[in-house]
Amino acid sequence: MIKILLLLVFIITLAVPVFNRTGPALFGFPFFYWYQMAAVPVCSLLIFIVFRVEDKGAE
Amino acid sequence: MDYPVATVVFLALIAFVIILGFIAGRWKAGDLHSIEEWGLGGRRFGTWISWFLIGGDVYTAYTFIAIPALMFGAGALGFFAVPYTVVCYPILYLVFPKLWKVAQKHGYITGPEFVRGRYGNRWLALAIGITGIFATMPYIALQLIGMQTVIGALGIPGHIPLIIAFAVLAAFTYTSGLRAPAMISIVKDLLIYLTVIVAVIVIPAELGGFGAIFAKIAPAKLILATPPAGSGGSYTSYATLALGSAMALFLYPHTTTGILSASSPRVIRRNAALLPAYTIMLGLLALMGFMAVASGVKTMPQFAAGFKHYGPSFAVPALVLNSFPGWFVGVAFGAIAVGALVPAAIMAIASANIFTRDIYKQFVSGAGNEARIAKLFSIFMVIGAVAFILVIPSTYAVQLQLLGGMWIIQTFPAIVFSVFTRFFNGWALLVGWAVGIVSATWLVALNHFAGSTWAFHVLGFTVPSYIALATVIVNAVIAAVLSVVLNALASDRTQDATVAADYV
Repeated sequence: MIKILLLLVFIITLAVPVFNRTGPALFGFPFFYWYQMAAVPVCSLLIFIVFRVEDKGAE
Repeated sequence: MDYPVATVVFLALIAFVIILGFIAGRWKAGDLHSIEEWGLGGRRFGTWISWFLIGGDVYTAYTFIAIPALMFGAGALGFFAVPYTVVCYPILYLVFPKLWKVAQKHGYITGPEFVRGRYGNRWLALAIGITGIFATMPYIALQLIGMQTVIGALGIPGHIPLIIAFAVLAAFTYTSGLRAPAMISIVKDLLIYLTVIVAVIVIPAELGGFGAIFAKIAPAKLILATPPAGSGGSYTSYATLALGSAMALFLYPHTTTGILSASSPRVIRRNAALLPAYTIMLGLLALMGFMAVASGVKTMPQFAAGFKHYGPSFAVPALVLNSFPGWFVGVAFGAIAVGALVPAAIMAIASANIFTRDIYKQFVSGAGNEARIAKLFSIFMVIGAVAFILVIPSTYAVQLQLLGGMWIIQTFPAIVFSVFTRFFNGWALLVGWAVGIVSATWLVALNHFAGSTWAFHVLGFTVPSYIALATVIVNAVIAAVLSVVLNALASDRTQDATVAADYV
Protein backbone atom coordinates (compact mmCIF):
# COMPACT_ATOMS: atom_id res chain seq x y z
CA MET A 1 0.00 0.00 0.00
CA ILE A 2 2.87 2.30 -0.83
CA LYS A 3 0.32 4.21 -2.95
CA ILE A 4 -0.72 5.97 0.26
CA LEU A 5 2.19 8.34 -0.44
CA LEU A 6 0.24 9.66 -3.44
CA LEU A 7 -2.45 10.86 -1.02
CA LEU A 8 0.21 13.02 0.60
CA VAL A 9 0.69 14.82 -2.71
CA PHE A 10 -2.94 15.94 -2.64
CA ILE A 11 -2.68 17.10 0.98
CA ILE A 12 0.60 18.99 0.50
CA THR A 13 -0.55 20.85 -2.61
CA LEU A 14 -4.18 21.59 -1.68
CA ALA A 15 -3.85 22.65 1.98
CA VAL A 16 -4.32 26.31 1.07
CA PRO A 17 -4.95 27.70 4.61
CA VAL A 18 -1.62 26.22 5.71
CA PHE A 19 0.50 27.99 3.11
CA ASN A 20 -1.46 31.19 2.41
CA ARG A 21 0.84 33.46 4.43
CA THR A 22 3.68 35.82 3.60
CA GLY A 23 6.20 34.78 6.26
CA PRO A 24 8.66 33.39 6.88
CA ALA A 25 10.21 34.53 3.60
CA LEU A 26 13.07 32.65 1.96
CA PHE A 27 15.54 34.32 -0.46
CA GLY A 28 13.01 37.15 -0.78
CA PHE A 29 10.16 34.75 -1.66
CA PRO A 30 7.03 35.03 0.55
CA PHE A 31 6.05 31.72 2.16
CA PHE A 32 3.11 31.25 -0.24
CA TYR A 33 5.51 31.06 -3.18
CA TRP A 34 8.49 29.20 -1.83
CA TYR A 35 6.31 26.59 -0.11
CA GLN A 36 4.52 25.74 -3.35
CA MET A 37 7.77 25.72 -5.34
CA ALA A 38 9.42 23.48 -2.74
CA ALA A 39 6.40 21.17 -2.83
CA VAL A 40 7.18 20.30 -6.46
CA PRO A 41 10.42 18.31 -5.90
CA VAL A 42 8.98 16.81 -2.69
CA CYS A 43 5.91 15.50 -4.53
CA SER A 44 8.05 14.34 -7.44
CA LEU A 45 10.14 12.33 -4.97
CA LEU A 46 7.03 10.81 -3.36
CA ILE A 47 5.78 9.65 -6.77
CA PHE A 48 9.23 8.32 -7.60
CA ILE A 49 9.32 6.28 -4.39
CA VAL A 50 5.96 4.74 -5.26
CA PHE A 51 7.25 3.97 -8.73
CA ARG A 52 10.44 2.31 -7.46
CA VAL A 53 8.72 0.22 -4.80
CA GLU A 54 6.01 -1.00 -7.19
CA ASP A 55 8.55 -1.62 -9.94
CA LYS A 56 10.66 -3.78 -7.62
CA GLY A 57 7.55 -5.66 -6.49
CA ALA A 58 6.64 -6.46 -10.10
CA GLU A 59 9.97 -8.05 -10.98
CA MET B 1 9.52 45.96 -38.39
CA ASP B 2 10.29 47.42 -34.97
CA TYR B 3 12.84 44.87 -33.81
CA PRO B 4 14.92 43.67 -36.82
CA VAL B 5 17.45 41.47 -34.97
CA ALA B 6 14.79 39.80 -32.83
CA THR B 7 12.61 39.22 -35.89
CA VAL B 8 15.42 37.57 -37.87
CA VAL B 9 16.34 35.22 -35.00
CA PHE B 10 12.65 34.46 -34.42
CA LEU B 11 12.00 33.62 -38.08
CA ALA B 12 15.18 31.51 -38.29
CA LEU B 13 14.04 29.41 -35.32
CA ILE B 14 10.56 28.94 -36.76
CA ALA B 15 12.02 27.94 -40.14
CA PHE B 16 14.32 25.41 -38.46
CA VAL B 17 11.44 23.88 -36.54
CA ILE B 18 9.28 23.63 -39.65
CA ILE B 19 12.02 21.78 -41.54
CA LEU B 20 12.36 19.46 -38.55
CA GLY B 21 8.61 18.83 -38.71
CA PHE B 22 8.83 17.59 -42.28
CA ILE B 23 11.94 15.46 -41.62
CA ALA B 24 10.29 13.86 -38.58
CA GLY B 25 8.17 11.58 -40.76
CA ARG B 26 11.24 9.44 -41.50
CA TRP B 27 12.22 9.11 -37.84
CA LYS B 28 11.69 5.68 -36.27
CA ALA B 29 10.25 4.79 -39.65
CA GLY B 30 6.81 3.27 -39.76
CA ASP B 31 4.04 2.93 -42.29
CA LEU B 32 2.40 6.36 -42.12
CA HIS B 33 -0.58 5.01 -44.05
CA SER B 34 -1.62 3.28 -40.82
CA ILE B 35 -3.48 5.43 -38.28
CA GLU B 36 -1.62 3.84 -35.37
CA GLU B 37 1.64 5.04 -36.92
CA TRP B 38 0.43 8.46 -38.08
CA GLY B 39 -1.75 9.27 -35.09
CA LEU B 40 0.04 7.47 -32.27
CA GLY B 41 3.66 7.18 -33.42
CA GLY B 42 3.27 3.39 -33.39
CA ARG B 43 3.12 3.36 -29.55
CA ARG B 44 6.89 3.27 -29.35
CA PHE B 45 8.07 6.45 -27.58
CA GLY B 46 10.38 5.69 -24.66
CA THR B 47 10.78 7.59 -21.40
CA TRP B 48 12.62 10.62 -22.77
CA ILE B 49 10.58 11.19 -25.91
CA SER B 50 7.39 10.77 -23.87
CA TRP B 51 8.73 13.24 -21.33
CA PHE B 52 9.24 15.85 -24.05
CA LEU B 53 5.99 15.03 -25.84
CA ILE B 54 3.72 15.07 -22.76
CA GLY B 55 5.63 18.13 -21.54
CA GLY B 56 4.84 19.76 -24.88
CA ASP B 57 1.19 18.80 -24.33
CA VAL B 58 0.82 20.19 -20.84
CA TYR B 59 3.13 23.20 -20.77
CA THR B 60 2.05 25.18 -23.80
CA ALA B 61 1.85 28.77 -24.99
CA TYR B 62 -0.96 28.92 -22.41
CA THR B 63 1.73 28.49 -19.80
CA PHE B 64 4.02 31.10 -21.22
CA ILE B 65 1.51 33.88 -21.85
CA ALA B 66 -1.72 33.35 -19.94
CA ILE B 67 -0.46 32.27 -16.51
CA PRO B 68 1.98 35.18 -16.09
CA ALA B 69 -0.84 37.39 -17.46
CA LEU B 70 -3.14 36.14 -14.70
CA MET B 71 -0.44 36.80 -12.08
CA PHE B 72 0.07 40.25 -13.62
CA GLY B 73 -3.65 41.04 -13.50
CA ALA B 74 -5.14 39.05 -10.61
CA GLY B 75 -2.06 38.26 -8.47
CA ALA B 76 -1.62 35.17 -6.26
CA LEU B 77 -4.66 33.36 -7.69
CA GLY B 78 -2.71 32.79 -10.93
CA PHE B 79 -0.23 30.64 -9.01
CA PHE B 80 -2.87 27.86 -8.86
CA ALA B 81 -1.12 26.59 -11.99
CA VAL B 82 1.67 25.21 -9.78
CA PRO B 83 -0.41 22.96 -7.46
CA TYR B 84 -2.50 22.08 -10.55
CA THR B 85 0.51 20.72 -12.42
CA VAL B 86 1.70 18.79 -9.37
CA VAL B 87 -1.55 17.17 -8.31
CA CYS B 88 -2.21 15.97 -11.87
CA TYR B 89 0.67 13.49 -11.62
CA PRO B 90 -0.70 11.11 -8.96
CA ILE B 91 -3.79 10.96 -11.19
CA LEU B 92 -1.58 10.18 -14.20
CA TYR B 93 0.20 7.48 -12.19
CA LEU B 94 -2.93 5.77 -10.89
CA VAL B 95 -5.23 5.88 -13.92
CA PHE B 96 -3.42 6.03 -17.21
CA PRO B 97 -1.09 3.02 -17.14
CA LYS B 98 -4.29 0.93 -16.90
CA LEU B 99 -5.87 2.81 -19.81
CA TRP B 100 -2.68 2.21 -21.83
CA LYS B 101 -2.86 -1.53 -21.17
CA VAL B 102 -6.45 -1.99 -22.22
CA ALA B 103 -5.95 0.33 -25.22
CA GLN B 104 -2.92 -1.59 -26.43
CA LYS B 105 -4.67 -4.94 -25.96
CA HIS B 106 -7.66 -3.91 -28.07
CA GLY B 107 -5.97 -1.48 -30.46
CA TYR B 108 -7.77 1.60 -29.11
CA ILE B 109 -6.18 4.92 -30.03
CA THR B 110 -8.65 7.27 -28.27
CA GLY B 111 -10.41 7.56 -24.91
CA PRO B 112 -13.93 7.31 -26.41
CA GLU B 113 -12.95 4.07 -28.15
CA PHE B 114 -12.16 2.53 -24.79
CA VAL B 115 -15.52 3.64 -23.44
CA ARG B 116 -17.29 2.14 -26.47
CA GLY B 117 -15.51 -1.16 -25.91
CA ARG B 118 -16.27 -1.10 -22.21
CA TYR B 119 -20.02 -0.36 -22.52
CA GLY B 120 -20.82 -1.41 -26.07
CA ASN B 121 -22.47 1.99 -26.39
CA ARG B 122 -21.45 4.03 -29.41
CA TRP B 123 -23.65 6.99 -28.38
CA LEU B 124 -21.80 7.40 -25.12
CA ALA B 125 -18.53 7.23 -27.05
CA LEU B 126 -19.86 9.80 -29.52
CA ALA B 127 -20.74 12.20 -26.68
CA ILE B 128 -17.27 11.84 -25.20
CA GLY B 129 -15.58 12.17 -28.58
CA ILE B 130 -17.49 15.32 -29.49
CA THR B 131 -16.74 16.78 -26.06
CA GLY B 132 -13.07 16.19 -26.74
CA ILE B 133 -13.14 17.89 -30.12
CA PHE B 134 -15.15 20.86 -28.81
CA ALA B 135 -12.89 21.31 -25.80
CA THR B 136 -9.84 21.12 -28.03
CA MET B 137 -10.94 23.78 -30.48
CA PRO B 138 -10.63 26.71 -28.03
CA TYR B 139 -7.44 25.15 -26.72
CA ILE B 140 -5.84 25.30 -30.18
CA ALA B 141 -7.18 28.86 -30.45
CA LEU B 142 -5.38 29.61 -27.20
CA GLN B 143 -2.12 28.46 -28.76
CA LEU B 144 -2.77 30.75 -31.70
CA ILE B 145 -3.34 33.67 -29.35
CA GLY B 146 0.00 32.95 -27.68
CA MET B 147 1.75 32.95 -31.03
CA GLN B 148 -0.12 36.01 -32.26
CA THR B 149 0.90 37.97 -29.16
CA VAL B 150 4.62 37.49 -29.79
CA ILE B 151 4.29 38.11 -33.53
CA GLY B 152 2.41 41.31 -32.71
CA ALA B 153 5.01 42.27 -30.10
CA LEU B 154 7.69 42.09 -32.79
CA GLY B 155 5.73 44.76 -34.62
CA ILE B 156 4.52 42.52 -37.44
CA PRO B 157 0.92 43.56 -38.04
CA GLY B 158 -2.10 41.58 -39.18
CA HIS B 159 -3.13 37.94 -39.25
CA ILE B 160 -1.17 36.91 -42.34
CA PRO B 161 1.97 35.63 -40.49
CA LEU B 162 -0.20 33.54 -38.19
CA ILE B 163 -2.14 32.07 -41.08
CA ILE B 164 1.09 31.16 -42.88
CA ALA B 165 2.52 29.53 -39.73
CA PHE B 166 -0.57 27.41 -39.25
CA ALA B 167 -0.81 26.48 -42.93
CA VAL B 168 2.70 25.06 -42.64
CA LEU B 169 1.74 23.38 -39.36
CA ALA B 170 -1.19 21.69 -41.11
CA ALA B 171 1.16 20.53 -43.87
CA PHE B 172 3.76 18.86 -41.69
CA THR B 173 1.12 17.39 -39.43
CA TYR B 174 -0.43 15.85 -42.53
CA THR B 175 2.82 14.32 -43.76
CA SER B 176 4.56 13.36 -40.50
CA GLY B 177 1.80 12.73 -37.95
CA LEU B 178 2.65 12.55 -34.26
CA ARG B 179 6.37 12.18 -34.97
CA ALA B 180 6.52 15.87 -35.95
CA PRO B 181 5.46 17.37 -32.59
CA ALA B 182 7.46 14.68 -30.77
CA MET B 183 10.66 15.78 -32.49
CA ILE B 184 9.90 19.52 -32.32
CA SER B 185 9.04 19.31 -28.62
CA ILE B 186 12.71 18.63 -27.88
CA VAL B 187 13.74 21.93 -29.52
CA LYS B 188 10.86 23.72 -27.83
CA ASP B 189 11.94 22.58 -24.39
CA LEU B 190 15.58 23.48 -24.88
CA LEU B 191 14.53 26.99 -25.92
CA ILE B 192 12.06 27.36 -23.05
CA TYR B 193 14.43 26.16 -20.34
CA LEU B 194 17.13 28.47 -21.72
CA THR B 195 14.74 31.43 -21.73
CA VAL B 196 13.41 30.82 -18.23
CA ILE B 197 16.82 30.21 -16.66
CA VAL B 198 18.23 33.38 -18.22
CA ALA B 199 15.10 35.35 -17.28
CA VAL B 200 15.14 34.38 -13.59
CA ILE B 201 18.83 35.26 -13.35
CA VAL B 202 18.93 38.46 -15.41
CA ILE B 203 15.60 40.15 -14.63
CA PRO B 204 15.67 39.95 -10.80
CA ALA B 205 19.27 41.21 -10.94
CA GLU B 206 18.05 44.23 -12.94
CA LEU B 207 15.18 44.81 -10.52
CA GLY B 208 17.13 44.42 -7.27
CA GLY B 209 16.38 40.78 -6.39
CA PHE B 210 13.22 38.74 -5.75
CA GLY B 211 12.62 40.52 -2.44
CA ALA B 212 12.37 43.84 -4.27
CA ILE B 213 10.05 42.33 -6.89
CA PHE B 214 7.61 40.93 -4.31
CA ALA B 215 7.78 44.23 -2.39
CA LYS B 216 6.27 46.01 -5.40
CA ILE B 217 3.19 43.76 -5.48
CA ALA B 218 0.09 45.19 -3.79
CA PRO B 219 -0.56 43.30 -0.50
CA ALA B 220 -4.03 42.31 -1.71
CA LYS B 221 -2.49 40.51 -4.68
CA LEU B 222 0.54 39.03 -2.94
CA ILE B 223 -1.39 36.24 -1.21
CA LEU B 224 -5.00 35.10 -1.28
CA ALA B 225 -7.58 37.09 0.67
CA THR B 226 -8.55 35.52 4.02
CA PRO B 227 -12.07 34.10 3.63
CA PRO B 228 -14.92 35.81 5.50
CA ALA B 229 -16.71 33.86 8.26
CA GLY B 230 -18.92 31.06 6.94
CA SER B 231 -17.20 30.91 3.55
CA GLY B 232 -14.35 28.98 1.94
CA GLY B 233 -13.54 32.22 0.11
CA SER B 234 -10.52 32.29 -2.14
CA TYR B 235 -9.14 29.18 -0.38
CA THR B 236 -11.71 26.82 -1.85
CA SER B 237 -11.55 28.65 -5.19
CA TYR B 238 -7.81 28.11 -5.36
CA ALA B 239 -7.85 24.46 -4.28
CA THR B 240 -10.78 23.49 -6.52
CA LEU B 241 -9.26 25.28 -9.51
CA ALA B 242 -6.07 23.28 -9.02
CA LEU B 243 -7.79 19.93 -8.41
CA GLY B 244 -10.46 20.34 -11.10
CA SER B 245 -7.93 21.39 -13.71
CA ALA B 246 -5.74 18.42 -12.77
CA MET B 247 -8.65 15.97 -13.09
CA ALA B 248 -9.46 17.38 -16.52
CA LEU B 249 -5.90 17.55 -17.83
CA PHE B 250 -5.28 14.04 -19.08
CA LEU B 251 -8.81 13.62 -20.44
CA TYR B 252 -8.09 16.05 -23.27
CA PRO B 253 -7.64 14.22 -26.57
CA HIS B 254 -4.11 15.57 -27.02
CA THR B 255 -2.88 14.50 -23.60
CA THR B 256 -4.48 11.07 -23.97
CA THR B 257 -2.73 10.74 -27.33
CA GLY B 258 0.59 11.73 -25.74
CA ILE B 259 0.13 9.08 -23.06
CA LEU B 260 -1.06 6.28 -25.35
CA SER B 261 1.95 6.82 -27.65
CA ALA B 262 4.29 5.71 -24.85
CA SER B 263 5.99 2.38 -25.38
CA SER B 264 4.86 0.83 -22.07
CA PRO B 265 2.86 1.53 -18.88
CA ARG B 266 6.19 1.69 -17.06
CA VAL B 267 7.18 4.70 -19.21
CA ILE B 268 4.00 6.47 -18.07
CA ARG B 269 4.53 5.71 -14.38
CA ARG B 270 8.14 6.82 -14.53
CA ASN B 271 7.11 10.02 -16.28
CA ALA B 272 4.60 10.79 -13.51
CA ALA B 273 7.67 11.23 -11.31
CA LEU B 274 9.79 13.03 -13.93
CA LEU B 275 7.29 15.47 -15.46
CA PRO B 276 7.05 17.73 -12.34
CA ALA B 277 10.45 19.09 -13.40
CA TYR B 278 8.46 21.23 -15.84
CA THR B 279 6.35 22.58 -12.98
CA ILE B 280 9.39 24.24 -11.40
CA MET B 281 9.88 26.05 -14.69
CA LEU B 282 6.17 26.90 -14.79
CA GLY B 283 6.33 28.45 -11.32
CA LEU B 284 9.25 30.63 -12.35
CA LEU B 285 7.44 31.62 -15.53
CA ALA B 286 4.34 32.56 -13.53
CA LEU B 287 6.50 34.85 -11.44
CA MET B 288 7.46 36.69 -14.64
CA GLY B 289 3.99 38.24 -14.27
CA PHE B 290 5.17 39.83 -11.02
CA MET B 291 8.47 40.79 -12.62
CA ALA B 292 6.44 42.61 -15.26
CA VAL B 293 4.59 44.50 -12.54
CA ALA B 294 7.83 45.42 -10.75
CA SER B 295 9.56 46.52 -13.96
CA GLY B 296 6.82 49.05 -14.66
CA VAL B 297 6.36 48.01 -18.32
CA LYS B 298 2.66 48.78 -17.98
CA THR B 299 3.26 52.54 -17.99
CA MET B 300 6.09 52.65 -20.54
CA PRO B 301 4.94 54.56 -23.66
CA GLN B 302 6.52 52.11 -26.11
CA PHE B 303 4.29 49.29 -24.78
CA ALA B 304 1.06 51.27 -24.46
CA ALA B 305 -0.27 50.09 -27.82
CA GLY B 306 0.58 46.46 -26.99
CA PHE B 307 -1.26 46.50 -23.66
CA LYS B 308 -4.20 48.26 -25.26
CA HIS B 309 -4.46 45.56 -27.91
CA TYR B 310 -3.54 42.37 -26.01
CA GLY B 311 -4.36 43.28 -22.40
CA PRO B 312 -2.49 41.47 -19.59
CA SER B 313 -1.32 38.86 -22.15
CA PHE B 314 1.18 41.47 -23.26
CA ALA B 315 2.94 41.44 -19.86
CA VAL B 316 5.53 38.79 -20.68
CA PRO B 317 6.31 40.01 -24.22
CA ALA B 318 6.75 43.56 -22.87
CA LEU B 319 8.98 42.32 -20.06
CA VAL B 320 11.12 40.34 -22.50
CA LEU B 321 11.43 43.29 -24.90
CA ASN B 322 12.34 45.55 -22.00
CA SER B 323 14.92 43.25 -20.41
CA PHE B 324 16.86 41.53 -23.18
CA PRO B 325 19.01 42.35 -26.23
CA GLY B 326 17.36 41.84 -29.62
CA TRP B 327 18.81 38.42 -30.40
CA PHE B 328 17.64 36.96 -27.11
CA VAL B 329 14.18 38.45 -27.59
CA GLY B 330 14.13 36.38 -30.79
CA VAL B 331 15.03 33.22 -28.85
CA ALA B 332 12.41 33.84 -26.15
CA PHE B 333 9.66 34.65 -28.61
CA GLY B 334 10.71 31.70 -30.76
CA ALA B 335 10.30 29.49 -27.67
CA ILE B 336 6.76 30.77 -27.13
CA ALA B 337 5.82 30.35 -30.78
CA VAL B 338 7.18 26.79 -30.95
CA GLY B 339 5.41 26.20 -27.65
CA ALA B 340 2.22 26.95 -29.57
CA LEU B 341 3.01 24.78 -32.60
CA VAL B 342 3.78 21.58 -30.65
CA PRO B 343 0.51 21.25 -28.74
CA ALA B 344 -1.50 22.61 -31.68
CA ALA B 345 -0.14 19.79 -33.85
CA ILE B 346 -0.89 17.14 -31.22
CA MET B 347 -4.39 18.57 -30.71
CA ALA B 348 -5.14 18.43 -34.43
CA ILE B 349 -3.89 14.83 -34.62
CA ALA B 350 -5.77 13.73 -31.49
CA SER B 351 -9.03 15.28 -32.69
CA ALA B 352 -8.52 13.62 -36.05
CA ASN B 353 -8.08 10.24 -34.36
CA ILE B 354 -11.37 10.74 -32.52
CA PHE B 355 -13.19 11.92 -35.63
CA THR B 356 -12.00 8.89 -37.56
CA ARG B 357 -12.53 6.14 -34.99
CA ASP B 358 -15.51 7.44 -33.02
CA ILE B 359 -17.52 9.48 -35.50
CA TYR B 360 -16.76 8.64 -39.14
CA LYS B 361 -16.19 4.88 -38.77
CA GLN B 362 -19.17 4.48 -36.45
CA PHE B 363 -21.76 6.76 -37.98
CA VAL B 364 -20.79 7.54 -41.57
CA SER B 365 -19.05 4.63 -43.19
CA GLY B 366 -17.12 1.63 -41.90
CA ALA B 367 -15.12 1.61 -45.12
CA GLY B 368 -12.36 4.00 -46.17
CA ASN B 369 -8.71 4.48 -45.31
CA GLU B 370 -8.45 5.54 -41.66
CA ALA B 371 -5.16 7.39 -41.94
CA ARG B 372 -6.43 9.35 -44.93
CA ILE B 373 -9.62 10.44 -43.14
CA ALA B 374 -7.62 11.43 -40.07
CA LYS B 375 -5.09 13.43 -42.08
CA LEU B 376 -7.84 15.40 -43.80
CA PHE B 377 -9.65 16.08 -40.54
CA SER B 378 -6.43 17.33 -38.92
CA ILE B 379 -6.26 20.02 -41.61
CA PHE B 380 -9.89 20.89 -40.94
CA MET B 381 -9.13 21.30 -37.20
CA VAL B 382 -6.29 23.74 -37.89
CA ILE B 383 -8.40 25.78 -40.32
CA GLY B 384 -11.25 25.81 -37.81
CA ALA B 385 -8.99 27.09 -35.05
CA VAL B 386 -7.64 29.89 -37.24
CA ALA B 387 -11.20 30.90 -38.14
CA PHE B 388 -12.09 30.80 -34.43
CA ILE B 389 -9.24 33.17 -33.59
CA LEU B 390 -10.25 35.72 -36.19
CA VAL B 391 -13.55 36.34 -34.33
CA ILE B 392 -12.62 35.91 -30.62
CA PRO B 393 -10.95 38.78 -28.71
CA SER B 394 -7.54 37.89 -27.36
CA THR B 395 -7.84 39.24 -23.80
CA TYR B 396 -7.92 36.78 -20.93
CA ALA B 397 -6.92 33.87 -23.12
CA VAL B 398 -6.92 31.65 -20.07
CA GLN B 399 -10.72 31.84 -19.80
CA LEU B 400 -11.08 30.03 -23.11
CA GLN B 401 -9.09 27.13 -21.80
CA LEU B 402 -11.11 27.14 -18.58
CA LEU B 403 -14.36 26.81 -20.52
CA GLY B 404 -12.92 23.83 -22.41
CA GLY B 405 -11.97 22.38 -19.03
CA MET B 406 -15.60 22.64 -17.89
CA TRP B 407 -16.65 20.33 -20.71
CA ILE B 408 -13.79 17.87 -20.82
CA ILE B 409 -13.96 17.11 -17.08
CA GLN B 410 -17.49 15.77 -17.68
CA THR B 411 -15.87 12.75 -19.35
CA PHE B 412 -14.09 11.87 -16.09
CA PRO B 413 -16.68 9.37 -14.77
CA ALA B 414 -16.97 7.56 -18.10
CA ILE B 415 -13.23 7.26 -18.72
CA VAL B 416 -11.53 7.23 -15.31
CA PHE B 417 -14.06 5.27 -13.25
CA SER B 418 -14.44 2.77 -16.06
CA VAL B 419 -10.76 1.87 -15.85
CA PHE B 420 -11.39 0.57 -12.33
CA THR B 421 -14.97 -0.69 -12.35
CA ARG B 422 -17.85 -1.86 -14.52
CA PHE B 423 -20.36 -0.79 -11.86
CA PHE B 424 -21.80 1.92 -14.11
CA ASN B 425 -24.36 1.67 -16.88
CA GLY B 426 -23.49 3.26 -20.22
CA TRP B 427 -26.77 5.17 -20.54
CA ALA B 428 -26.49 6.41 -16.95
CA LEU B 429 -23.04 7.80 -17.75
CA LEU B 430 -24.51 9.51 -20.80
CA VAL B 431 -27.23 11.21 -18.70
CA GLY B 432 -24.66 12.26 -16.08
CA TRP B 433 -22.48 13.69 -18.84
CA ALA B 434 -25.40 15.68 -20.29
CA VAL B 435 -26.35 17.13 -16.90
CA GLY B 436 -22.71 18.05 -16.27
CA ILE B 437 -22.26 19.79 -19.63
CA VAL B 438 -25.50 21.75 -19.38
CA SER B 439 -25.08 22.84 -15.75
CA ALA B 440 -21.43 23.84 -16.23
CA THR B 441 -22.17 25.86 -19.35
CA TRP B 442 -25.18 27.46 -17.69
CA LEU B 443 -23.16 28.59 -14.66
CA VAL B 444 -20.39 29.96 -16.86
CA ALA B 445 -23.03 31.86 -18.85
CA LEU B 446 -24.39 33.34 -15.58
CA ASN B 447 -20.82 34.52 -14.99
CA HIS B 448 -20.99 36.19 -18.42
CA PHE B 449 -18.30 33.76 -19.61
CA ALA B 450 -15.77 35.72 -17.59
CA GLY B 451 -15.44 33.71 -14.38
CA SER B 452 -14.73 30.04 -13.75
CA THR B 453 -15.80 29.85 -10.10
CA TRP B 454 -19.22 29.97 -8.49
CA ALA B 455 -20.24 30.50 -4.85
CA PHE B 456 -22.17 27.34 -3.95
CA HIS B 457 -24.17 27.21 -0.73
CA VAL B 458 -23.85 23.93 1.12
CA LEU B 459 -25.51 23.43 4.54
CA GLY B 460 -25.34 27.11 5.40
CA PHE B 461 -21.70 27.35 4.34
CA THR B 462 -20.54 29.23 1.24
CA VAL B 463 -18.10 27.26 -0.89
CA PRO B 464 -16.78 29.20 -3.88
CA SER B 465 -15.60 26.47 -6.25
CA TYR B 466 -14.31 25.82 -9.71
CA ILE B 467 -17.52 25.16 -11.66
CA ALA B 468 -15.97 22.19 -13.47
CA LEU B 469 -15.26 20.32 -10.24
CA ALA B 470 -18.67 21.02 -8.70
CA THR B 471 -20.60 19.97 -11.81
CA VAL B 472 -18.62 16.78 -12.39
CA ILE B 473 -19.56 15.69 -8.85
CA VAL B 474 -23.23 16.16 -9.77
CA ASN B 475 -22.53 14.26 -13.00
CA ALA B 476 -20.96 11.34 -11.11
CA VAL B 477 -23.70 11.12 -8.48
CA ILE B 478 -26.43 11.07 -11.14
CA ALA B 479 -24.53 8.45 -13.14
CA ALA B 480 -24.09 6.26 -10.07
CA VAL B 481 -27.71 6.43 -8.91
CA LEU B 482 -29.10 5.88 -12.41
CA SER B 483 -26.67 2.98 -12.93
CA VAL B 484 -28.20 1.10 -9.99
CA VAL B 485 -31.69 1.66 -11.40
CA LEU B 486 -30.90 0.91 -15.05
CA ASN B 487 -28.77 -2.13 -14.33
CA ALA B 488 -31.61 -3.52 -12.19
CA LEU B 489 -34.07 -3.04 -15.08
CA ALA B 490 -31.85 -4.06 -18.01
CA SER B 491 -28.17 -4.49 -17.32
CA ASP B 492 -25.68 -3.70 -20.08
CA ARG B 493 -22.88 -5.53 -18.27
CA THR B 494 -22.74 -8.30 -20.86
CA GLN B 495 -21.66 -5.74 -23.45
CA ASP B 496 -18.10 -5.42 -22.25
CA ALA B 497 -15.45 -6.20 -24.85
CA THR B 498 -12.74 -6.07 -22.17
CA VAL B 499 -11.91 -8.49 -19.36
CA ALA B 500 -10.33 -7.85 -15.96
CA ALA B 501 -6.97 -9.19 -17.13
CA ASP B 502 -6.71 -6.41 -19.74
CA TYR B 503 -6.12 -3.82 -17.01
CA VAL B 504 -3.28 -5.36 -15.02
